[in-house]
Amino acid sequence: MTTTTNQRPLVRAESVHKHFGDLEVLRGISLDVSRGEVVCLLGPSGSGKSTFLRCINHLEQVNAGRIWVGDEVIGYRQQGDRLHELNHRAIARQRRRIGMVFQKFNLFPHMTALENVIEGPVGVQGVPKAQAVARAKTLLTRVGLGNKENAYPRQLSGGQQQRVAIARALAMEPELMLFDEPTSALDPELVGEVLDVMKDLAQTGLTMIVVTHEIGFAREVADRVAFMDGGEILEIGPPSQVLGDPQHPRTRSFLSRVL
Amino acid sequence: MANRPGLRDGGSQTVNRPVEPAVEAELLTLPRKRYGELAGALAVLAVLAWLAMSLANAAIDWGVVRDHLTVDVLLRGLGTTIILTIVAMVLGVILGVVVAVMRLSHSPVTSTVGWLYVWVFRGTPVYLQLLAWFNIALIFPYLQIPGIWGARTVDVVTPFVAAAIGLGLNQGAYTSEVVRAGILSVDEGQTEAAYAIGMTRLRTMRRIVLPQAMRVILPPIGNETIGMLKTTSLASAIGVSEILSEAQHIYFVNNRIMELLIVCAVWYLAAVSLLSVVQFYLERHFAKGSSSRSLPDTPVQRLRKAITSGKQARR
Ligand SMILES: Nc1ncnc2c1ncn2[C@@H]1O[C@H](COP(=O)(O)OP(=O)(O)O)[C@@H](O)[C@H]1O
Ligand SMILES: [Mg+2]
Repeated sequence: MTTTTNQRPLVRAESVHKHFGDLEVLRGISLDVSRGEVVCLLGPSGSGKSTFLRCINHLEQVNAGRIWVGDEVIGYRQQGDRLHELNHRAIARQRRRIGMVFQKFNLFPHMTALENVIEGPVGVQGVPKAQAVARAKTLLTRVGLGNKENAYPRQLSGGQQQRVAIARALAMEPELMLFDEPTSALDPELVGEVLDVMKDLAQTGLTMIVVTHEIGFAREVADRVAFMDGGEILEIGPPSQVLGDPQHPRTRSFLSRVL
Repeated sequence: MANRPGLRDGGSQTVNRPVEPAVEAELLTLPRKRYGELAGALAVLAVLAWLAMSLANAAIDWGVVRDHLTVDVLLRGLGTTIILTIVAMVLGVILGVVVAVMRLSHSPVTSTVGWLYVWVFRGTPVYLQLLAWFNIALIFPYLQIPGIWGARTVDVVTPFVAAAIGLGLNQGAYTSEVVRAGILSVDEGQTEAAYAIGMTRLRTMRRIVLPQAMRVILPPIGNETIGMLKTTSLASAIGVSEILSEAQHIYFVNNRIMELLIVCAVWYLAAVSLLSVVQFYLERHFAKGSSSRSLPDTPVQRLRKAITSGKQARR
């Protein structure tokens, strides 16, 4: 690592474009996220929030523009002034530094909570099993599920499943966590337990990009809030500004609908 | 609904009169009359009895059947049948998985090759394929890996090898379709979650997708294994000494045709029953986590429970 990396943002998206066929989903997204920062992405459904998150860990490939995480360009290897496209194996390696939590949890249903959490460390990073198990137990306890390590996902509530999913992502010791509407699939009374875990993580200084409709969470936890619509970031700034005194008419009308 | 007892299921019916609920506790419950079921059962029993009697009186020498059940050559033939089944199925399943993944590949070359394989080996009779592999030496008299190894084809492709290759390749074409359906049945979110923790595509397939696809794949594969057990009898056409051909060799000499066919049928049924047991345990294994209930008991567990509860009852 060079000395400049500490001043440089952890994530730098530069004019990211993405289209599916004729449908332009991202029209030049630029966003810097510093280490330890929590950025919440707000916006109406279909505005491209998920697509942007998925581009950051290369679940989608950008059509134009570039995304850096740390000193690596996602999907490419930089050599001098050239970018060489990476193969799948190398992309898989880049993804290990980036955790992702999905709206639908996507736990592995044929594995217990503990097996879900150690799958990455043991199978991908080659951590010795005993060590991975010990760490996984700590993580499950941290998300309040110390007593559920042998439960299969289907035996857990939605909120519990999502907390296991968070533990699974944390087990890879990521530098960056992406959350894609982590509470949208949950019954209202289960939302709080997941948000509490995420608040906790934010306090430990983890860098997080969170797509959410939970305005309260954004106001309390986010360092900055970005409002997306039509594949663009229309407004970005501290929550007090974007949520309290929105400048763009579309931000205002969106907030009046969700608040 | 409660006033129409005919729509109720279960073994009893409530005789309802328009009375106040307070009296309902004294209503009489009568079992449904089951004359129809009884008549049906009697008819089936009569047919079975008639069948048993005809078989007992038929010109079958049951002594011959019993004596031939454990004849050496037949047991060896049975062994060949079972080994050929296993080898062909293992080959078929491996090929099936590989070809299924090929057909789902984004590369048009790879997926077309997979499609061609299925087209050829599913589209021609397995009997033809067996004959072709048996006669492969006619077009490739020598097999060789230049500089490393070489041999005459007839020495390598024995009847058993030809049968294993032929049956396995044919099976692979069918199995690939089953596996493909199984893979497609797994939610895409599973693959994405696996990628998101840095898994490679191969590892994702092996650890995440295939184990879940197994629940869809196993029942038809069990079916096809049973089918394969019986299809191996075709291999007698290219000189493999499986159980049916051995039985034929015996009845060509002693003319006890039906008796020996019954012996074979008994062994086929026994082998199929054994396979069903294996299938039960395999399906149970891959059902892990698939429902919020715990897994159904195995017969052994059920037996154990019955015994222990019996002991407790006697105390
Ligand atoms: N794989 C895909 N193929 C085609 N269209 C897609 C795909 N993924 C997303 N889209 C489209 O892109 C747009 C943005 O989707 P998304 O990023 O999921 O929005 P958001 O998360 O803000 O609701 C939507 O119109 C959606 O239908
Ligand atoms: Mg979305």
